[in-house]
Amino acid sequence: MAYHSFLLEPISCHAWNKDRTQIALCPNNHDVHIYKKEGNGWTKTQVLKEHNGQVTGIDWAPESNRIVTCGTDRNAYVWTLKGDVWKPTLVILRINRAARCVKWSPKENKFAVGSGSRLISVCYFEQENDWWVCKHIKKPIRSTILCLDWHPNNILLAAGSCDFKCRIFSAYIKEVEEKPAPTPWGSKMPFGEVMFESTGTAGWVHGVCFSESGNRVAWASHDSTVAVAEGGKTAVITSLSSETLPLLCVTFITENSLVAAGHDCYPALFVYDGEKGTLTFGGKLDVPKQSAQKGLTARERFQNLDKKATSDTKEAVLESLHKNSISQISILQGGKAKCAKFCTTGMDGGMAIWDVKTLESAMKDLKIV
Amino acid sequence: MAKNTLPSRFRKVDVDEFDENKFVEEHDEATEQPGPDTGEVDNLIRQGDMMSAFHVALRNPPINSKNPVIKEKAQAVVLRVLTSFKSSDIEPAVKSLDSNGIDLLMKYVYKGFEKPSENSSAVLLQWHEKAFAVGGLGSIVRVMTSRKTI
Repeated sequence: MAYHSFLLEPISCHAWNKDRTQIALCPNNHDVHIYKKEGNGWTKTQVLKEHNGQVTGIDWAPESNRIVTCGTDRNAYVWTLKGDVWKPTLVILRINRAARCVKWSPKENKFAVGSGSRLISVCYFEQENDWWVCKHIKKPIRSTILCLDWHPNNILLAAGSCDFKCRIFSAYIKEVEEKPAPTPWGSKMPFGEVMFESTGTAGWVHGVCFSESGNRVAWASHDSTVAVAEGGKTAVITSLSSETLPLLCVTFITENSLVAAGHDCYPALFVYDGEKGTLTFGGKLDVPKQSAQKGLTARERFQNLDKKATSDTKEAVLESLHKNSISQISILQGGKAKCAKFCTTGMDGGMAIWDVKTLESAMKDLKIV
Repeated sequence: MAKNTLPSRFRKVDVDEFDENKFVEEHDEATEQPGPDTGEVDNLIRQGDMMSAFHVALRNPPINSKNPVIKEKAQAVVLRVLTSFKSSDIEPAVKSLDSNGIDLLMKYVYKGFEKPSENSSAVLLQWHEKAFAVGGLGSIVRVMTSRKTI
């Protein structure tokens, strides 16, 4: 587990380039900083200044090497590399509230922006006018969209919202693509069609993720639950109420295993069994270094009793790698089917890289199916 | 003297109802639960069968009801059962609940904290401690975020 502390401020969002040598992140201000890996450390190579408000989402398209950023200034910019410099192109999103999240589609010909205006802007490039155009998905969204994830077929888009629902929409744009083949989520996919809507969740949906095949979608919500839905004639939803603080981000690392992290500052593994229809907690993925448990002297015991009314030896210091909530998780190697490495960034300004093989061998009961 | 001659019916309109941003709670299709059966619970307490009284009291929570009377009644019944328990019996009672039951128990405990009576808070704190040991912080978060209040 490698941990690098970038800053003292929270990292609002981050994105990696294709070969994982560069990371673009927002240090909780209006800029995007790009760091390049040099040896064992990171050096800041560029600062992208264009936004007038906090940058809330960054996504780096691996093939076309373009960065899209969105912010609270209600704008999104597409950055292209011209020589050594990143040049921004403004995208008019036609929203009147802050943008909250942005994701490139798998084919990188469109991207979706979730905003506080209770709609999703799906943007595509119009060749004739040399301009990014956007279409809105409005119904039946009733509140801010917090997170997005694309289905591998480039058409379906999962969105988690503050109206307590996770939905899958069709973002089919006829100008840039062919009609899609039927999927377990449905066969008719006109733009804006709701293919799936979750029931039963009671909290804001903070994180959403499709599995590699696109047949499953998982979401984490503010009522400390994680749920997985499997597409089919009637979608089957399985959810797990966890005993931890709410989770903020979730991702599939194999078709059956999820890693999620949030306000408890450590990533946790969840295992989904499609046949039995169960979702179970697989274990904490953060093994704190076993600090020598020195015995408390009688004096210390009395001091504890006096100060904290307890003779408990548990300190108030967090033992996990991250010292504050983890807000984003991204896959580094292996894709969502056989993830080998993933990265987490959080409000402590740090980034941790987790190696799946090392975790599996370090924790004996851990089974990643 | 200064009588209003212009149309003023618009002043009686509640403009907030027409605000397109207004969040209207979805009405749950589930049937309204009447709340636990007071008579049955009383009988079981009198017989000394605290475990069954506990389980009966936690049945049929009035979550879909908009009637405050039913909610008050349910809260009173549950509080009676919780205060009639011996301290040593609290832990096995909590252990006999499933995860939904723990969440429901936590909801009643926090509702009980809202209107404390002489000894209720001390007893509720004991129940809180035992329920927290099983349900963790998640159960408390679910009490805070749940849209379906008991």
